[in-house]
Amino acid sequence: MKITNLVAEKSAALVPMNLQIKAGHLVYKAKRKAGLIKEFPDFVEAPVPDVATLKLEDIDVSNPFLFKQNRWESYFKRLRDECPVHFQKNSPFGPFWSITRYEDIVYVDKHHDLFSAEPFIIIGQTPKELAMEMFIAMDPPKHDVQRQAVQGVVAPKNLKEMEGLIRSRTQDVLDSLPLDKPFDWVEDVSIELTARMLATLLDFPYEQRHKLVYWSDLAGGGAEMTGGSTDSDELFKGIADMAKDFSSLWRDKAAITAAGEERGFDLISLLQSSEATKDLISRPMEFLGNLILLIVGGNDTTRNSMSGGILALNQFPDEFVKLKNDPSQIPNMVSEIIRWQTPLAYMRRIAKEDVELGGQIIKKGDKVVMWYASGNRDERAIEEPDQFKIDRKSARNHLSFGFGVHRCMGNRLAELQLRILWEELLARFDKIEVIGEPERVQSNFVKGYSKMMVKLSAKQ
Amino acid sequence: MGNITFIENDGTQHVVEIEDGKSLMEIAMANGVPGIDADCGGECACGTCHVIVEDKWISSTGSATDEELQMLDLTPERAPTSRLACQVNTSEQMDGLVVHLPEFQM
Repeated sequence: MKITNLVAEKSAALVPMNLQIKAGHLVYKAKRKAGLIKEFPDFVEAPVPDVATLKLEDIDVSNPFLFKQNRWESYFKRLRDECPVHFQKNSPFGPFWSITRYEDIVYVDKHHDLFSAEPFIIIGQTPKELAMEMFIAMDPPKHDVQRQAVQGVVAPKNLKEMEGLIRSRTQDVLDSLPLDKPFDWVEDVSIELTARMLATLLDFPYEQRHKLVYWSDLAGGGAEMTGGSTDSDELFKGIADMAKDFSSLWRDKAAITAAGEERGFDLISLLQSSEATKDLISRPMEFLGNLILLIVGGNDTTRNSMSGGILALNQFPDEFVKLKNDPSQIPNMVSEIIRWQTPLAYMRRIAKEDVELGGQIIKKGDKVVMWYASGNRDERAIEEPDQFKIDRKSARNHLSFGFGVHRCMGNRLAELQLRILWEELLARFDKIEVIGEPERVQSNFVKGYSKMMVKLSAKQ
Repeated sequence: MGNITFIENDGTQHVVEIEDGKSLMEIAMANGVPGIDADCGGECACGTCHVIVEDKWISSTGSATDEELQMLDLTPERAPTSRLACQVNTSEQMDGLVVHLPEFQM
């Protein structure tokens, strides 16, 4: 055992990271061929049944089509009302508990001593050969040092300096949109703006920023992980490419610093300047894991809130009138959008000991899923939770950023990006009309949109 | 009852009345003191009601608990007398207490 570890460490230091991923892929393919790995079946879409026709124990909220077919609200309402701490023993991802009420979610999120974030925060898992480590899925104290290494980049003080850049980019993107002609809001606005932001934070080559979007979508979209449609071979290839690009970015930055130039203030440079993470590159699975975390964290989340806000104001047109009459409501509305959309539906934990919650005994080792999307619609904690109200009182009290030590690190950046987007939208457009039904993402984790046709009318 | 003074990062002072048994966060929110978000509503779980207690008052408010420190560690503005306002219960004995608000809440 010790020798194997030694060999693994040696090879980690000597073999380029992308080749290690490729080697892992070969092992994975060989094992699959030999029948050693049971291939995780692809999800085949079928109409989601009416929840009222199901027995409680047959309700499976890991079904990745609940969000895609927009049927999730009735499912979670039934669980909140009839079985708020619910056990599903036969899901494709194995048995798991669902925590669906606001108060219980806060309890689980706060108690990292009882509920571990390791080894994954998604309901399923990645292939063993791609088992990446990231601080969102680490417990204190290791979590704390790794997070502290990077959180400075999105600290409010730096955001203040970034505001001008974010605004000018938002203006560029909005000024290039067609008027009175439908276009895909997701592609042209939400993805474009978040990709630009990510490229800046990582100091990634700007013209190649769409790679970041591609990797992020891949990494969050495995069938075995979240019920998505990414194929595992595609996942291995994508991660190998990502490993190659980020290894060279890391080395370039290290070389610049070694040559005596001042270190930049991007995420990679910050990782290099912290004691805990300065040699992260020699730990490939941790290196890739933390980069994926930063990419996914800054991608699907803000992207889908950018789209979700548009949809919300179309479904609640009186709120749009209210907003136009009083743009000072924008910051409060931003919190309301993040609540109403809940772009990441849950975080998952593992019980570290037997815990009694909501009259149920959660056994040590059980999977526990905190459904933020449900808690954010809990009538016990939030008045008229299905309504979208731009002037909602206590709009900031939503669960979408999580609570406790894993609370979203980029929350202030997300709020800033959304606030600027809405300020610039109101300055330009009188009508923002969603045409037809949007297309939603197949996933039990990402609650978002893949396509949303929108037509704009200029302000007179 | 006595008073508590909140001082914003730009020096603006807010003098508010103590309400026995209420937390410092609740008093700030009830009196519209800006610069406290209290996103979790008083659960010691978000770190957005960070205040810095004036040194001489730390013995009456007490120091941050381990649970608080874990959240306070997330903010770069953490000081030796940092507290989460939701975890400080006020009483008449705190008449004259002065706390400073950080420039930003995380």
